[in-house]
Amino acid sequence: MKKLIKYVLKHRFTYIFAILCLFIGTIADNIRPQLIKDIVDEVIEGGKPDLLPRLLISIAAIGLLRTFTQYFKEFLFDITGVKVGNEVRFDLFKHIQKLSLNYFDKANTGELLARLKNDIDSLAFGGVGFIIMLAIEILLHTGIVIYCMFGLSPKLAIFPLCVLPFGVALAIVLEKKLDTVYDNLSEENAEMNTVAQEDIAGVRTVKAFSRENYELEKFRRHNKKYYELSMKLSKVLVRYEPLFDLITRILPIGAILIGGRMVISGDISLGTLTAFVAYCDMLVWPMECIGWVSNEIASAFASYKKIKKVANEVPMIEAPADPVVLPEVKGSVEFDNVTFTLDNKDILKDISFSLPAGKTLGIMGATGSGKTSILTLLFRFYDANKGTVKLDGVDVKDLSLTQLRQSIAQVSQDVFLFSDTISENVRFGKHEGVSDEVVRKCLEMAQATEFVDNLSEKEETVIGERGVGLSGGQKQRISIARALAKNAPILVLDDSTSALDTETELEIQGVLNSLTDTTKIIIGHRISAVRKADEIIVLKDGAIAERGTHEELLALRGLYYETYCAQYGEVA
Amino acid sequence: MAVNSVKKDENTALADKTKTILRLAKYLLNYKGTIFIVLLVIAVATAITLVNPLIMEYAVNVCIVNKDYEAIYRVVIIALILNLVLFGAVKARMYLMAKISNKILVTVRDELYTHLQKLGLKFYDSLPAGKILSRVIEDVNSLKGVLQDLVVTLLPQFITLSAVLVIMFIKNPILAAATLVSTPLLIAGLLYIKIKCSELWHTHSKKSSNLSGVIHEDISGMRIIQGFAAESETESAFDTAEKEHWESFRDAVKIGDLFNSIIEFTTMLSTVCMYYVAVKVLGITSASVGTLIAFATYAGMIWHPISQLGNLYTNLVRNVARANRIFEVIDTEPEVFDREGATELPEISGQVEFKNVSFSYDDKKGVLDNVSFTVKPGETIALVGPTGAGKSTIANLISRFYDIKQGQILIDGHDLTSVTVESLRKQMGVMTQDNFLFTGTIAENIRYGKLDATQEEIEAAAKAVNAHEFIMKLEKGYETELQERGAGLSVGQRQLLAFARTMVSMPKILILDEATSSIDTQNEILVQKGIAQLLKGRTSFVIAHRLSTIKNADRIFVVDHGRIVEAGSHNELMEKKGEYYNLCMAQAV
Repeated sequence: MKKLIKYVLKHRFTYIFAILCLFIGTIADNIRPQLIKDIVDEVIEGGKPDLLPRLLISIAAIGLLRTFTQYFKEFLFDITGVKVGNEVRFDLFKHIQKLSLNYFDKANTGELLARLKNDIDSLAFGGVGFIIMLAIEILLHTGIVIYCMFGLSPKLAIFPLCVLPFGVALAIVLEKKLDTVYDNLSEENAEMNTVAQEDIAGVRTVKAFSRENYELEKFRRHNKKYYELSMKLSKVLVRYEPLFDLITRILPIGAILIGGRMVISGDISLGTLTAFVAYCDMLVWPMECIGWVSNEIASAFASYKKIKKVANEVPMIEAPADPVVLPEVKGSVEFDNVTFTLDNKDILKDISFSLPAGKTLGIMGATGSGKTSILTLLFRFYDANKGTVKLDGVDVKDLSLTQLRQSIAQVSQDVFLFSDTISENVRFGKHEGVSDEVVRKCLEMAQATEFVDNLSEKEETVIGERGVGLSGGQKQRISIARALAKNAPILVLDDSTSALDTETELEIQGVLNSLTDTTKIIIGHRISAVRKADEIIVLKDGAIAERGTHEELLALRGLYYETYCAQYGEVA
Repeated sequence: MAVNSVKKDENTALADKTKTILRLAKYLLNYKGTIFIVLLVIAVATAITLVNPLIMEYAVNVCIVNKDYEAIYRVVIIALILNLVLFGAVKARMYLMAKISNKILVTVRDELYTHLQKLGLKFYDSLPAGKILSRVIEDVNSLKGVLQDLVVTLLPQFITLSAVLVIMFIKNPILAAATLVSTPLLIAGLLYIKIKCSELWHTHSKKSSNLSGVIHEDISGMRIIQGFAAESETESAFDTAEKEHWESFRDAVKIGDLFNSIIEFTTMLSTVCMYYVAVKVLGITSASVGTLIAFATYAGMIWHPISQLGNLYTNLVRNVARANRIFEVIDTEPEVFDREGATELPEISGQVEFKNVSFSYDDKKGVLDNVSFTVKPGETIALVGPTGAGKSTIANLISRFYDIKQGQILIDGHDLTSVTVESLRKQMGVMTQDNFLFTGTIAENIRYGKLDATQEEIEAAAKAVNAHEFIMKLEKGYETELQERGAGLSVGQRQLLAFARTMVSMPKILILDEATSSIDTQNEILVQKGIAQLLKGRTSFVIAHRLSTIKNADRIFVVDHGRIVEAGSHNELMEKKGEYYNLCMAQAV
């Protein structure tokens, strides 16, 4: 992400135009009391009624001018603020997409959502939009009013000059105080977000255990803490904000006190004093707003700090500076003495295999033995600590990350579908290039057409987030169709037929076997899923315990054989 | 409710605004006493604000013109005292209002959340999580301003406005009329904005919710996005959502920002009229300049309440749309709830009976078609059949995740709808394909099944399902903190933990919906042995595809197209050479 100022500068012309409108409008606003003073002093007291039309026309002209400038400055600041916010959001989103999976394994969805949504909204409003306009206007307006006061009577103007710095000092103190409170508040906001988001995403579990009240209590604790922090915030505001108001009230009183003596002693005219009091009135709104403005700015920058923290996360997997781009990916995969450690835990130990293009590798092993980690390394979601992973003979670390990932189609264990139509889900990742016919064909290959055709709108049926509403087997089949539609040289199936009934599984295996050009890696618990593989490796605690073809492994009478017996009973 | 995707707008109605506002006002009524004090304080503050120009007028017209120093001092001291009172009043008002509005926020959020817990799966199936979340957090937060405005702005500003008008007319009716000449224009302009904007802000709040939905889904699905190298595609979807978000905002402020311009324009007209009439018609002279100045101050005071009221209106329109989204959820009838007179389900022995049950999720496509069966206490039933045949639906209905429209489901002879949901589910253990783990330690996650479980019970459950071994291999054992959804553990390990969680609750009826599909065979056998031990004499329903899991069941129901087509033990069904036989043969190949 770039620096905030860069985003703002991109819209410099809009901002300049808006600020210009603001200048013109503010200056015009400050001419008005002068004109009114002329009406009082010249027309009424001085008895020159012919001046009236000219003065009134001037007032009308200023009013008209301001009608337009007010609109433009507000509208432009409003829309540009949100636009800049959205640009920051877009870049932050792009950045988040680049982060490695280790980050997502640890980060919270609720928290990231709060950064991308609430914090950016707050930045757009308080950091680059409406509030900044107000801040500029307050400064400018106050400056001009004081300048005009000097014009009327330098002696009298000393008084507001003495009082106003208190206002500024107050605003600075307020901003500082609010900053810490906002830090805590937005922290708590993210925490509450996380609790709520877990309860919503895990609603099935909550309901199954009838833990609604338990969750409610958990949420209530956060809700209460949020209330306490909100009150803390309010107390800061209550302490400081009324002071601004008080300052504005004291100004005209002081002006009367000091100015009154000056009128009596003949230093200034009555008209000058009334104009001066009118200027004092003009300081009321900026002072009234200043508390609110400091409040919003503090909140915006508290948010910005958090946004920056996410933006400063460095992706663990770095794309090579000068990536190798293969003219054509054939699909041979090689693991050469690969060792992988994560959080001081050995996940994979010295794994080697070589899978020529078009062949099939089967991987078996107990839960947690490292099967999926092999895929994680192939995708380069993580980097191996020792050894190399190669695609078509090239170290994956040197390959273009996009090309690498585009070359592998994966059906993962944990099926994630998007809340969109079935056909959009199948098309995912190759949006433009997949025709309706191909979608249809892939669904057919994945044995999904039968149930899809039974849905009210067939392929165009919208499925819920994570595919809610579909059974596990249905989700798996759509996920298989999605991988087939990717038409990649390597196909990876991670225990992806576990929720399918035997018949469907057999049909799908038949289809997969017919893809003779595709390199396949199949992870499974069922012998039936891997038995036809050219090589099967059996993992135990992250190391290869057994390897060979189905027949060889049976003859070995080891782990594979045991599994076979458990599934099929004793066979020769 | 149809399934809503993150890209599509929700179908929230542009509900009756007055109703929503009244409903919000009802929350305020709970604080009648405090609000009364706030209004009193505001009355004092308003009175002082209104008197301020009169004091100034007196100071200029009388004291200064008469060159009476002492009178000036007196006036100044009175003004100072009054304004210090005003200062105190403002403080009191702010504090009390902050308290009320924050409290209401907590109440509304609490109500919303309580209701969300009551809503059934049908609701959650129909709305993406991000959109539900945005109601709980953002929408509720946005009510704060509205609530404050309703008390601090609506009535007080209305009174100020009336008072100013009365003072103006008393001081000089002709001048007052001249000043007010432009008000019809103002009213027309504000009405125009009001009508135009409410719909536009409504649209914007929907687009904003879509954006939340997109963000939430993309973050949750990041593994898939990166695996498919589909970043550019999701970026463009994100871009579209943002663009719509911005465009809807632009459309709304395009009209909404006219507000200040209209005020500016009408103020200008009224100023010109006022001075013209003052000089040309009334012929004001220097003797009454003070009056003119005071009058001008009052005229200035009209615009403030009007613009405040207008702002209040814009805010109301913006936020009423959000309030509506909250109330809509609160008003959604939970489809599964405790019927009137529902009783606690006593401790059951575990008999389950389906009587002519038909069911459909969407009232269109039937999922179960006239299913009847009786399961004796302690029986193990395996449900087999092709995906989508209705196996999971049967499981969902036993634990009453959905209510049926036709037929009857009885547990130990109690109709499911006649007992409380909690007393039912407390005695059930359901393990679905979706095993959600919470952030927290492993022990906490297992304890979820029985909140007062001791460490021994937790470990016993983990040992029974063979999860103990891998847990102990983790650096901190049972105290290992899990990340969201159990990220960092393998799917199989997650399944084992979920299993332990179900086991610790010692359910009377156990439903395993492909609960062991991601566990390797060796482990599965151990797990089965473990649970067989634990569940001796308890009724269980097992949905699985692996023959090895099914074989040992007392009876097997073969489900196809929403009906039970075959039932019997493994041997009986094998002899029958029907559907089940074919299934077994296929797997044995």
